[in-house]
Amino acid sequence: MSFIEVKQISKTFRVAKKKSGLKEAIKSFFKREYLIVKAVEDVSFSIDEGEIVGYIGPNGAGKSTTIKILSGILNPDFGECKIAGMTPWKERVKYVKNIGVVFGQKSQLWWDIPAEDTFDLLRDIYEIPEEEYQSTKNDLIKKLNLEDIINIPVRQLSLGQRMRCEIAASLLHNPKILFLDEPTIGLDAVSKQLVRDFIKRLNHEKHTTIILTSHDMSDITTLAKRIILIGNGKVLYDGSLKKLKDQYETETTVYVKTKDKLDIRKKGILKKSKTKDGYQLLVQTKELSISKLLPLLSRKIEIEDIEIENESIDQIIVKLYEDYQI
Amino acid sequence: MKAYFTYFKLKFISGLQYRSAAWAGIATQFFFGFVYVMIYIAFYDSGGENLPMNIHQVITYLWLNQSLLALVNQFSKDQELFKMVKDGTISYELARPKNLYFMWYFKVLGQRLSNVVLRFFPLILVTSLLPKPYTFGGPSSLFNFLLFLISLTIGTLLVTALTVLYPIITLTTMSEKGIVNIMISIADILSGLVVPIPFFPLFLQKISKFLPFQYISDLPFRIYVGNVDILFGIHGIFIQTIWFIIIVFFGFSLMKKNLKRVVVQGG
Repeated sequence: MSFIEVKQISKTFRVAKKKSGLKEAIKSFFKREYLIVKAVEDVSFSIDEGEIVGYIGPNGAGKSTTIKILSGILNPDFGECKIAGMTPWKERVKYVKNIGVVFGQKSQLWWDIPAEDTFDLLRDIYEIPEEEYQSTKNDLIKKLNLEDIINIPVRQLSLGQRMRCEIAASLLHNPKILFLDEPTIGLDAVSKQLVRDFIKRLNHEKHTTIILTSHDMSDITTLAKRIILIGNGKVLYDGSLKKLKDQYETETTVYVKTKDKLDIRKKGILKKSKTKDGYQLLVQTKELSISKLLPLLSRKIEIEDIEIENESIDQIIVKLYEDYQI
Repeated sequence: MKAYFTYFKLKFISGLQYRSAAWAGIATQFFFGFVYVMIYIAFYDSGGENLPMNIHQVITYLWLNQSLLALVNQFSKDQELFKMVKDGTISYELARPKNLYFMWYFKVLGQRLSNVVLRFFPLILVTSLLPKPYTFGGPSSLFNFLLFLISLTIGTLLVTALTVLYPIITLTTMSEKGIVNIMISIADILSGLVVPIPFFPLFLQKISKFLPFQYISDLPFRIYVGNVDILFGIHGIFIQTIWFIIIVFFGFSLMKKNLKRVVVQGG
């Protein structure tokens, strides 16, 4: 039995259907039509303690709904779920002591008062012993670089500063599981890096199990070895990121800078086009690996410079979404 | 228990930060207070008969009403809770190992007390220095005053329980506009915030006897000015307490029921 065991969870929402226009608005006043939206359908997976899992999918795929079910906020219509031996929505109050949540689009800090006051409130809510609280807090302050911002009213913090405080607030009670729902949304490169490094370190030092959703694929690649892809409420892929990359990363663009004329025809070179100071080749790497292409090129021409562009993970994801038609 | 008290404390502290809102509130309540007082003075001067309160009782009642308005009214809803339901920040509250009903209850209580603390003293101070008949008078006896304090406390607990009910209903209706706003307007009228209950037509007095609203502020104010006898006051405090228990129990179970099918809005 794994640490987190999710079995065939389904959840539907009833959404009132409304067409635009005055006539339709009046009509819907008397007779409402509803649309049943399947937010998640038959979702199953299991996660071991200490794993970092990237939970990805396009907007509206059901990521946040799953996170909310796993954190005990929503009741699913069907399905079972055991996390650390408990069913989140049945033993909510007892269960949530073990988890920390960060919803990137919402705030748990009190707007008008400094973050430290919210921390004190959380100490009382989670009934953290004073000594433990102080040492965890100081540790978080150090690692997330909060000394200068913790005493400023939250309304005056920048988004990056606030998000660091949000993450600290979620970890004061040393949760075993951390749910991160788009923790880097809207952050600049430096703050993103800081947040990622911190999450990595947390997983490493405290063995915290982390479930992460993000639309920024570099979050996923730097943090998660395993990803779960969800689309239209269903799990479409569950496995290592590397395998996915190998499967989808099949084409590479090579830029060659040269003064010579290149005449090359070989299986695996899909496209050749002239650029300002050289050539651009589109290579199918399964047919012709880069290590074979290079000697071939150097025999024919004088290479001044060469640039190999791998497909970015974002492009892979776009392809993946297209393949699954989500 | 300590956690709930911290909630109360934080809300109280953050409420105290809005000083200009408090000054604006004081000015508004002065203005409305004077309008009401002058209307009643004109009304009494024109020689009404069989009036249920004497003019000094009415005016003291009206000033009490204005200076404690932030504590006893229901129309200044706790915007934070409605916002929480509407934009989905409730997710965070549900991820806490505490009962959501009591977290909300103590938030609202803290908010109300911090609002009234800033407004109460300036109003009472100035209005008790006014010349007769405009002046705010003292309690009719020391015993009445003690009874007033007890019933105002329970009234505050009761109005807090009622105010927490509205965001809980919003969990189903998704927006506080509509039914909730209508309920609040009716509740405020039946609390005696617009016209003191003794001036109500008889049938409305009979109806409001069976509703919790007149036990919020009308009862304590009438005890203060000595408009009801002691026995009636003690009897009223008893009913107040029962209403308080009923409303808390109702809100607690309604929340439990609504959370089972809660929908978090906004992604």
